[in-house]
Amino acid sequence: MGCRFGSYVAVLRIRHKTYGHTRKFQYIVLTAKITRHRFFVNALRGRSSMGMQMSGNTLTRAGLAESLVSEVGLSRQDSSDFVDRVFELMSDELAQGKSVKLSSFGAFHVRDKRQRMGRNPKTGEEVAIEPRRVVVFKSSQVLKDRVDSGNK
Amino acid sequence: MIKSELIAQLTEENPHLFQRDIERIVASIFEEITKALESGGRVELRGFGAFSVRHRAPRIGRNPKSGESVNVPAKSVPFFKAGKELRQRVDASMRS
Repeated sequence: MGCRFGSYVAVLRIRHKTYGHTRKFQYIVLTAKITRHRFFVNALRGRSSMGMQMSGNTLTRAGLAESLVSEVGLSRQDSSDFVDRVFELMSDELAQGKSVKLSSFGAFHVRDKRQRMGRNPKTGEEVAIEPRRVVVFKSSQVLKDRVDSGNK
Repeated sequence: MIKSELIAQLTEENPHLFQRDIERIVASIFEEITKALESGGRVELRGFGAFSVRHRAPRIGRNPKSGESVNVPAKSVPFFKAGKELRQRVDASMRS
């Protein structure tokens, strides 16, 4: 069992004393307890016990942080700090008018748009759309291929 | 900024971690986003933007060189929409 579930040893002992089951059975009881506990904790925190997919199928910062906890083994705090920092650094770069290129994912560029005439769809009147600067994302071929084959 | 520069910056900010740890962190983040889109999901990053999958109907395209018609099958493409905060920051950078 190791010390990973150290805090549950007490549960094992109590059960052992009270019910006097065999060792093997106790192990099963203990495992069930931990799983149930985890499920409960996750439910309280608004997460699914199954991984990062929650609230339908929308992945959020919290879900990304959760994946760092399970895949890289970082603490919850560090994970969410890293997720925030990555997108902050990317935003800072774009806010300076620079591009962010991530190989095998895609590239974010800023593009300047000229002034053009638009129309208020409700009233039909013509209004000038001011020149502006926007972010465009160009996905890499790898991402395109994976998204297309995954959604066939 | 390219991925290696992002990793270098994060490594500098986190001297207690090895560069290969940072590489794994960055790779995991974008791999998770890719996986979510692969399974048809959305990824919403408040302040930054949202990734989603858009479906394109099949159409008859044309080879621009020879002018002949070609069938272009339906496909799904990744799509990104910048969030409000990012949009405002980027736009403000032009006006300053």
